[in-house]
Amino acid sequence: MLKGGFLANLGKVYGIYTGGFIGFTILIGLMELAGVPNYILGYFFIFLTIGIYALIGVLSRTAEVSEYYVAGRTVPAFYNGMATGADWMSAASFIGMAGSLYFGGYDGLAFVLGWTGGYVLVAILMAPYLRKFGQFTVPDFFSARYGGNLPRGLAVIVLVCASLTYVVAQIGGVGIITSRFLGIPFQAACFVGLIGILVCSLLGGMKAVTWTQVAQYIILIIAYLVPVVILSAQVTGIPVPQITYGGVLEKIEALEKTLGVAKSHVAPFANAKGEYSALAMWNFLALILCLMVGTASLPHILMRYFTTPSVRQARDSVGWSLFFIFLLYFTAPAYAAFAKYEVYSSLIGQPIASLPPWVANWGREGLALVGACDAANAVAQFPLCKGVVGNADGILQLSEFRIAADAVVLATPEIAGLPYVVSGLVAAGGLAAALSTADGLLLAIANALSHDIYYKMIDPKADTKRRLITSRILLLIVAVIAAWIAGTIGNSILFLVSWAFSIAAAGLFAGLVLGIWWKRCGNAAGVWGIIAGFGACMFFLVTTEFQGPWLKSVMGDWVTLSKLTRGTVVREVAYPFGINNISVGIFGIPTAFIVQLLVGYFGRPASQDMQDFIESIRVPAGEVKMAGLEKA
Amino acid sequence: MAATPHQPLSRERAQEYWGRTSKLMWTILVIWFVFGFLIHMFAPQLNSIRILGFPFGFYMAAQGSLIVFVFLCFWNAKAQNKIDEEFGVSDE
Repeated sequence: MLKGGFLANLGKVYGIYTGGFIGFTILIGLMELAGVPNYILGYFFIFLTIGIYALIGVLSRTAEVSEYYVAGRTVPAFYNGMATGADWMSAASFIGMAGSLYFGGYDGLAFVLGWTGGYVLVAILMAPYLRKFGQFTVPDFFSARYGGNLPRGLAVIVLVCASLTYVVAQIGGVGIITSRFLGIPFQAACFVGLIGILVCSLLGGMKAVTWTQVAQYIILIIAYLVPVVILSAQVTGIPVPQITYGGVLEKIEALEKTLGVAKSHVAPFANAKGEYSALAMWNFLALILCLMVGTASLPHILMRYFTTPSVRQARDSVGWSLFFIFLLYFTAPAYAAFAKYEVYSSLIGQPIASLPPWVANWGREGLALVGACDAANAVAQFPLCKGVVGNADGILQLSEFRIAADAVVLATPEIAGLPYVVSGLVAAGGLAAALSTADGLLLAIANALSHDIYYKMIDPKADTKRRLITSRILLLIVAVIAAWIAGTIGNSILFLVSWAFSIAAAGLFAGLVLGIWWKRCGNAAGVWGIIAGFGACMFFLVTTEFQGPWLKSVMGDWVTLSKLTRGTVVREVAYPFGINNISVGIFGIPTAFIVQLLVGYFGRPASQDMQDFIESIRVPAGEVKMAGLEKA
Repeated sequence: MAATPHQPLSRERAQEYWGRTSKLMWTILVIWFVFGFLIHMFAPQLNSIRILGFPFGFYMAAQGSLIVFVFLCFWNAKAQNKIDEEFGVSDE
């Protein structure tokens, strides 16, 4: 047995675990050589990894409130960094991002920048102060800072809207993977994936989720690096893809010329014809801003910094979080470049008759993520070919090849002809990414409903047992609703995730920042800030997405319309001032700040008690002096 | 940790502490803005420089700025810890 218990031996425990996982992967590789069929290898990867997460969940089950909500505040900075990394990197990062880089080229880098730079804001503006504040949830802060249940309730509304949008996208990601590797329909796969999510968070709350997320981080980073390291070694002879893909970019640019691609992979802010567009630049910068500010506002991330033992460790922990996230994010553009190079150099120009089997596997009915649309009746085999007219010459042209963004990462090992064990590994990694984020999000939602709504607002006398049972029941209900929505709207991840960031950014950022950094700001300002920011964001989100033509009729020439495919439906989406609605937070964030600053400036300033409270959370040492109603 | 009782800072010291903390915050915020936004506005021009095959504008968005962000987070932790210790308000 280990001396000194689990927390004293974290390095040893996770070291053995990592070694075990690598050994397991090699074993599967040997089974493949021995002729075990592919689908069985896929089963192994999916069920064994879910089994490990379930085991950790069972081992860390808890009946203590502080363990359930904030992992007992015992998570060291380094491991909290890893857990945050897994919490953070979702299906969108793992499966979606390299895909959008594959298509967008330079423009896709907005995601890479936006999803890393936000941590600087978390580090300097939020994390240490929220840790010092030392309660359980983000709405707790709004209640303590802006005087009671009204701001608390508003923060819960924003939290639930943002997190639910986000979690739907995660379950969609789980659905894609389980559907492909277990060979079941997408809708059913969403519910199978749900089981993997629930075994963990349901039993042990934040404690179980934290230690599972560390395990999931290890799997997802190995899974992300392995295929692209092998590809780099194959193509360039050096197994450091992050450095070698510079050369691959040059090869892609050369192939673009022969294939007649107008918009170069590396060209910034180019329209379809390859010309510079200032509007594309503003969209790029707006998206970065929304993603960064959203990072610093999403409760499932902020609550991770409630779990460290000290303020000092909360700060260090942000650095480690970003470091672990960085490892994946600076690899993603390399992943996209190698995938594009493989498709351009070895797939395009092949006879349709001799296409590799992965094209059919990924293109089949019910998954429909790849299409080879040469023949006139190609749509019968590849639903993705709908609307694409091939020239039926028996050769695959670039314009006849279709691949969904979400399939790029998962299919790359097969595209490059790597052994199936690598595909299984990548699937396990994608699953780990989606499950870990879904766990964190569901917990954030369930905690907000059980702690903030039920315990703080409805029944403050509820005992521990009752609170934890309520939380678990709510977790289950929210999870089932999310899975149902995911199964219904289909498998498109990135735009949903971007909305979640915009919603959180518009609703919570101003309140958090000004709450900590502007002592004088009164209660009314905080409340109106949330209402205005969230309101503006939701107004533009709903009208641009669902009432595009109406918005155009109101705003006239300030709005352009464009037909977009969302899952299975096509909608006329509005672009106010030419801004894509994935950056809809750009309307909400400034609104929140302006309203909160105006009301704060002209309204009644915060009470002396409140200002003492803020001063007490600005300094790491000493007591937190709660103000107003919450004063014990 | 909580074992040694903490002496609250005097009013002037508290103001000085927050002044130093705010200065660090603004410094990092400015660097963050330069590498998060400003530099990318010039990506088309920067792309004419090539290093190891990377167009430089592309490189900054794909890797360079990210390295700066990681550095900023660790630097913030280190510099703020130093301030905390100087004022005797570290919580460890």
